[in-house]
Amino acid sequence: MVAAAAAGSGIGCSAGRSPWRFLSVDEARSLAAICDLIIPPDEDPGAAWAGVVNYIDRQLCGPLRHLRNSYRQGIAAVDTSSRALYGANFVALAGPRAIELLRLMEQGQAPREAWKQISSSEFFALLVDQTMQGFYGDPRHGGNREGTSWKMLGMPYPPIRGRLHYDVNTASVPVVGSKVK
Amino acid sequence: MALKHVNAVVVGAGAGGGIVAKELATAGLSVVLVERGKWYTAFDCRKDDLRNQRTPVLGNSFGPDEDRNPRVFVDEQGHEHLMKPSDGGYSNNAACVGGGTASYGAMAWRYMEKDFRMRSTYGTVAGSTLDDWPITYNDLEPYYEKAEWEIGVSGDDANNVFRSPRRRPLPMPPLPGNREYEVLKPAAQRLGLHPFDIPMLRNSVPYNGRAACMRCRWCVGFACEVDAKNGTQNTVIPTALATGNCELRSECIVKEILTDSRGRVKGVAYFDSESRLREQTADLVVVSGSAIESARLLLNSKSRLFPTGLGNRYDWVGRNLQGHAYTGAVGRFDFEVYDDLGPGAGIAICDFNHGNRGLNGEGLTSGGMLANEFIRLPYQFVGWRPPGVPRWGRAHKEFMRQWYRRSIGVMGPVQEMPMFDSRVQVDPKVKDYWGIPVVRLSGHRHPNDQVVGKFLASKAEAWLQEAGAITTWTFSLATGLSGGQHQAGTCRMGDDPKISVVDKYCRVHDVDNLYVIDGSVHVTNGGFNPALTIMAVAYYASDNLAKSRKGTHGAS
Repeated sequence: MVAAAAAGSGIGCSAGRSPWRFLSVDEARSLAAICDLIIPPDEDPGAAWAGVVNYIDRQLCGPLRHLRNSYRQGIAAVDTSSRALYGANFVALAGPRAIELLRLMEQGQAPREAWKQISSSEFFALLVDQTMQGFYGDPRHGGNREGTSWKMLGMPYPPIRGRLHYDVNTASVPVVGSKVK
Repeated sequence: MALKHVNAVVVGAGAGGGIVAKELATAGLSVVLVERGKWYTAFDCRKDDLRNQRTPVLGNSFGPDEDRNPRVFVDEQGHEHLMKPSDGGYSNNAACVGGGTASYGAMAWRYMEKDFRMRSTYGTVAGSTLDDWPITYNDLEPYYEKAEWEIGVSGDDANNVFRSPRRRPLPMPPLPGNREYEVLKPAAQRLGLHPFDIPMLRNSVPYNGRAACMRCRWCVGFACEVDAKNGTQNTVIPTALATGNCELRSECIVKEILTDSRGRVKGVAYFDSESRLREQTADLVVVSGSAIESARLLLNSKSRLFPTGLGNRYDWVGRNLQGHAYTGAVGRFDFEVYDDLGPGAGIAICDFNHGNRGLNGEGLTSGGMLANEFIRLPYQFVGWRPPGVPRWGRAHKEFMRQWYRRSIGVMGPVQEMPMFDSRVQVDPKVKDYWGIPVVRLSGHRHPNDQVVGKFLASKAEAWLQEAGAITTWTFSLATGLSGGQHQAGTCRMGDDPKISVVDKYCRVHDVDNLYVIDGSVHVTNGGFNPALTIMAVAYYASDNLAKSRKGTHGAS
């Protein structure tokens, strides 16, 4: 559904036949796998289900369009690193190996030849920050599906305006009128 | 077609300029209030976690335009960076009618008596241009009161034994405390501190025809949905317009202040909302663009008599840029303290604003107030990760679930030591969309700020521990250039024209019909949010300005 909405959005910077706006099908798949390790699903949904890839894809055709090269080069470099270290693309890696590669990136120790255009630690920092934005930010931007992170944190969703939902059980606020007839 | 000559042009409709426009217009002067941004209203409260004045990761929401208004930032290593308004190093305040007051947290602090006499209190400080203001707290007191009643302040500082004397209480009672308040107040009292209800430019009860705060979570960084937050855009500016003497021109970018052959100013040249260059002549010009843009405008107003810009004969325009380094601590509790009630901040102490140990433990120095932090949205809380907690993976998620509703932050602004080389210049190469040279920012903070920051953080931590926090950690202080939304100091007020830009009435020393009235004139910036002081100075300076003009100019 997300992909269909994207294809119909008419923003017009979609790459080839991808249903995404900016990302290719393969890039989106890799990005989903990375994001789902940054905020993994457990008893609460993870980043991929929450729509973080959609958030990033949408912003790359909007306010964050200056980061397009970083994403294109960075995602390619993740796969290059993955093949160099483990002989397979990132999406094919088992959990512990994938996490190991992200740790190497975080520490700037991923295979150097793959990261000539962008530093692995900078790209990883970017990914972490934007995964957080997509997961915890307002759903209007394409992530945080159904306000899932807000529910996880126990914040009323949909948001209830004002203080009325507290007045009913706050002793310091006088109650006027009768509750039932 | 030439625009009609007026008595006064005010450049910038923020905390300072909005008040100046209202005071002059009600005194009978004809006023044009020029503002580069738009006029937003309560309907523009977008409640957007990622696009607001505090979290502009997808752009800022109260101007200026992201693509048309670059600045150059020079870092401590001397590298130049081209900045957009949403970048941290840009030091954006806001560009809209109301300026920062349209989206601020709205703390309404009076500076303390010692804040106006910093050099007399602490002596000269090596490496700093620390000085006294040429005016005292007593000079401003009536105007603080006027700001509190006209713009509207709620709160109760009766228990603040450190406060400077006031003649009149605040017009509105404080909002009821939130859960953090209930936890922190008795703890402060047990420590022998003096907690009180923060004065806020926010309606706790209906006031001036607008509603009371409804305690929602979209507060600092947002326009108030029910218009309960008081800025110049919903108070003095409508009053100014209602006089019939004031015209507001929004989305107009002032290029330069025009001077005549005798060295007096005669008006401004500006680009209107359709980027046409216009000239507005006036008897006097008031610059109220906030510390960074006001300095830029003076520096860009060059002429034969003023080859380095207006007011800049001794190279003081743009110097001493200050803001506030924030410091503090976060405490984690084994019970819930988050109750989803805005504005969140409610309780403060001023026990550590003055008389703290300075550099090397020698001498005494100023400090800052400490208060519980404004309500935070989840994405902001991600940044409250304590040292040692991984920033991603299962541990991150566990951290968010465990601590989002169980954490309190106590924060405060360090009163900074002014630095001559922390400055605003105009860049020799980069120009904005209209071809006007842009701001170039460079400099760093004084080492004393670090000492004060650590000290205040330790006091915040002790307060949280007394309140029952099971673990605490402190924020480390930035060392780079200050500025940001609390920007001040770039057109210093003083009696000696060689070491200041404006006189004690905010008039530029060597141009008798040019004024700077905003945070730029602050000699020092207090250990407080500066908005109410900017407002008080604006009332004070306007009062003198209107009196000096009386009888010479009627409404035209």
